Amino acid sequence: MADTMNIEPVKLTREDFNSPIEARWCPGCGDYSILAQMKKVLPELGVKKENIVFIAGIGCSSRFPYYVDTYGYHTIHGRAPAVASGVKIANPDLKVFVMTGDGDALSIGGNHFIHLCRRNIDITVVLFNNEIYGLTKGQYSPTSVQGQITKSSPYGSIERPFNPVEMALAAGATFVARTIDREPKHLEHILKRAAMHKGLSFVEVYQNCVIFNDGAYAPLTDKKVKKDNLIYMENDKPFIFGQDDEKALNWNGSGFEIVNLADHPEETLIKHAEDGGNPAAEFALSNLTMETHMPTPIGVFRNAHIPTYENMLVKQIKDVTAQKGEGTLETLLNSGNTFEIK
Amino acid sequence: MSDKQVKTLDSITIRFAGDSGDGMQLTGGQFTDTTAIAGNDLNTFPDYPAEIRAPVGTTFGVSGFQIQLSSKPVHTPGDAPDVLVAMNPAALKVNLPILRDNGIIIVNTDSFQQRNLDLAKYESNPLEDDSLKLYQVFRVPITTLTREALKDSPLRPKDKDRSKNFFALGMTYWMYSRSMDHTIEWINAKFKNKPELIDANTRALQAGYTYALSTEIFTTSYRIDKADKKPGKYRNITGNEATALGFIAAAKRAGKELYLGSYPITPASDILHELAKYRNYGVKTFQAEDEIAGIASAIGASYAGDMAITTTSGPGLALKSEALGLAVITELPLVVVNVQRGGPSTGLPTKTEQADLMQAMYGRNGEAPVPVIAANSPSDCFSAAFEAMEIAFKFNTPVVLLTDGYIANGAEPWLIPKVEDLPVIKVDYADDAENYQPYKRDPETLARKMAIPGMPGFEHHVGGLEKDVSGNVSYVPAVHQEMVNLRAEKVKRVNMHTTEPELYGNPEGELLVISWGSTYGSVFKAMEEAHSRGLSVSWYHLRWINPMPKNLGDIIKNFKKVLVPEINLGQLKQLIRAEYLVDAQGFNRVNGLPINSGELLEAIESQLKG
Ligand code: SF4
Repeated sequence: MADTMNIEPVKLTREDFNSPIEARWCPGCGDYSILAQMKKVLPELGVKKENIVFIAGIGCSSRFPYYVDTYGYHTIHGRAPAVASGVKIANPDLKVFVMTGDGDALSIGGNHFIHLCRRNIDITVVLFNNEIYGLTKGQYSPTSVQGQITKSSPYGSIERPFNPVEMALAAGATFVARTIDREPKHLEHILKRAAMHKGLSFVEVYQNCVIFNDGAYAPLTDKKVKKDNLIYMENDKPFIFGQDDEKALNWNGSGFEIVNLADHPEETLIKHAEDGGNPAAEFALSNLTMETHMPTPIGVFRNAHIPTYENMLVKQIKDVTAQKGEGTLETLLNSGNTFEIK
Repeated sequence: MSDKQVKTLDSITIRFAGDSGDGMQLTGGQFTDTTAIAGNDLNTFPDYPAEIRAPVGTTFGVSGFQIQLSSKPVHTPGDAPDVLVAMNPAALKVNLPILRDNGIIIVNTDSFQQRNLDLAKYESNPLEDDSLKLYQVFRVPITTLTREALKDSPLRPKDKDRSKNFFALGMTYWMYSRSMDHTIEWINAKFKNKPELIDANTRALQAGYTYALSTEIFTTSYRIDKADKKPGKYRNITGNEATALGFIAAAKRAGKELYLGSYPITPASDILHELAKYRNYGVKTFQAEDEIAGIASAIGASYAGDMAITTTSGPGLALKSEALGLAVITELPLVVVNVQRGGPSTGLPTKTEQADLMQAMYGRNGEAPVPVIAANSPSDCFSAAFEAMEIAFKFNTPVVLLTDGYIANGAEPWLIPKVEDLPVIKVDYADDAENYQPYKRDPETLARKMAIPGMPGFEHHVGGLEKDVSGNVSYVPAVHQEMVNLRAEKVKRVNMHTTEPELYGNPEGELLVISWGSTYGSVFKAMEEAHSRGLSVSWYHLRWINPMPKNLGDIIKNFKKVLVPEINLGQLKQLIRAEYLVDAQGFNRVNGLPINSGELLEAIESQLKG
């Protein structure tokens, strides 16, 4: 397509993205919040509506494309990253989103997910992590915590969970973030930053499944306790948290530890550097979760800039064409070892 | 030298055989190109082990390359070779059983030492006992002679020995009156930056030629006159190359960019390699993380407006089946190429077979019909690929293109088509945004009208869930029934837009042979022979297997018997029996090899007798 998605003023509103199809998630499902924030973000991207494509696999999360009035393709279980790769390579002018869940992205589609991250194709992946299989009615997922009682683990799951942020970091995603369905402002902000990122952006959304795993994130969303358990990471700021902002994370040389601000004045604390390119810090931060009995950071873990796959492909096509000349049907048919029979 | 004679032959079949490290494929390839340039018709059959470097000297490490060349049209690489060039005992052992009686054997005597005889499990040296008395054996110390020719070369002895295949090639060039020019040019281009290799290989080639010319061992050389081929520009081409070119041509004719999503698999990878070279034709090749991502990414590319293909072999098609179903229900143009190989499972990766027909027809969940087309020879892969794409776009449907290891790796001269003779592929997108419905259909083809991302006002949803005409998910019983029927009917209508094959022979008679795909050449040869014997047999070779040609039912009625030769246990036979309620019989061989036309002829005769 000749049209470009380069920032040009396109005046769209949230309403422009209302789909004629009514969302059919369970009442109270965290997915509604993601949908609402996404509709706020879309008009702000400066991308024409017809250039936005939502691709999804299978699962509750993956019904998402039906509920926004853009191009949408509801594909098959786990394969959305591969389909989306083809879409973006075919037409790099499109803004492509992959909406997925913990089972879709990390179990059946795990292979596609890591390779999508590795290739740095300019696609935004939003993973709705509810630590359960919702659509198939409640089996443990690759992010379910050990011991979790589900229909397929009546005596408790014995499997160790994946940490999606850690996986995305390890697989080489260039933008990696986490947010929570119950934090709409934060969610909106992160979705927008991810969507604006050039390259593969990955957002893990802690999403509450009210039916099969209600309260999985209660320690991070319950007003009474969340300030002790949640850290809002901000670039170039220390990791301060606590009921009265009295605590912080600090780097002790080999990992993060919790310190009291009373003993450690703010200026002495390590600051968050999302574009610092320091894997030790990125991975250490990603490992602070409820699992490890540490406060959980949300925000951006990594924000790096390297050439995207599709730009390199376009460049290679240009370079080879400059070198060999543009191929036509005539040159094609006359290539190779030809000979004449008279 | 003076008493050497020249004999003219109509055709000859030569088999080069050696260790998989001996460069036999290269030798065969050079002989082929030179033969093509000399104006003979030809057909080749590379036959090599799955292991890249199987244990040296053993029978399972033997790599062979067979070529039939002729002054008449040829359609097969020949059933039984007339000449065998055997570089070691294992190569002799493996290939002797297929050599014709009184055939010529050229052996490298240097390799017949005890160690190699043991590796090939020979109890005694066949060059010394009388086991070869039925053949004309030419004993040539190829290694020694090559070393001698290269005595001034700075190469190490081991590297000098690597030129011995060029020595052998040189001998065959003299024997069959070929010019060395093309190969010398090729050597110069290939080893551009290695002058010592140019020198060594050229010298070995010339030494082989001179040796054959001057030694008393070779008393006769042969001439094969130019084939009386249609005038025009030709190129020698393998099936995989032709497949790749067919798709690029289709993309150019449609004004589309070509997208390939593929995962490496034998024997299909050469299509990926070939297409990866064509960046300056706007070809995008995506080497996916697995077979599923190969097709899934192609589906994405098709959805976004590229001309998309995915290439694979049998095991890969199995992995792609769910995604192929997605392309069926979302009705996207896509061609899936299956270069069939021996199965099941990993099976025989480098050997040929036609046993994926049922998989192509039915290997998906639900009612998921796809048009299926099969190429019948190496060069025909070009037109089959092109035609598959025409239908994919006309009907907005995935199409399966079946080739197989035999025609994919085999080569033959290809009469290069003229640009203007290639049809333009019309791409017809929706034009009325106001009333757009993604599953509204063309009344004639039943193809849905596509709109691709980037088209303003056509924003819509598609997906793997059943939809009604508006693109909304629907579980209404009548809607599903209707959509299942429409998808089936659409594929049935493909045969209103394809050319029916020609019936070879009388329109009625005792026996009708129905075949498909790569058996074309073998059946052709058997049929020629059958007709020259005056047998009442006709032949119908299918190009589209789904849907079957409109007139096939009527044709079948005019024959008393039907025989279906295939390299499987009777898959087309079953389809024919089911579709036409006829007591079709099979001629089935599943031994990893092309069908032997002599055996087929016997089967035809016994059908006519029985
Ligand atoms: S099952 Fe859970 S995740 Fe799915 S829609 Fe209902 S609440 Fe949401």
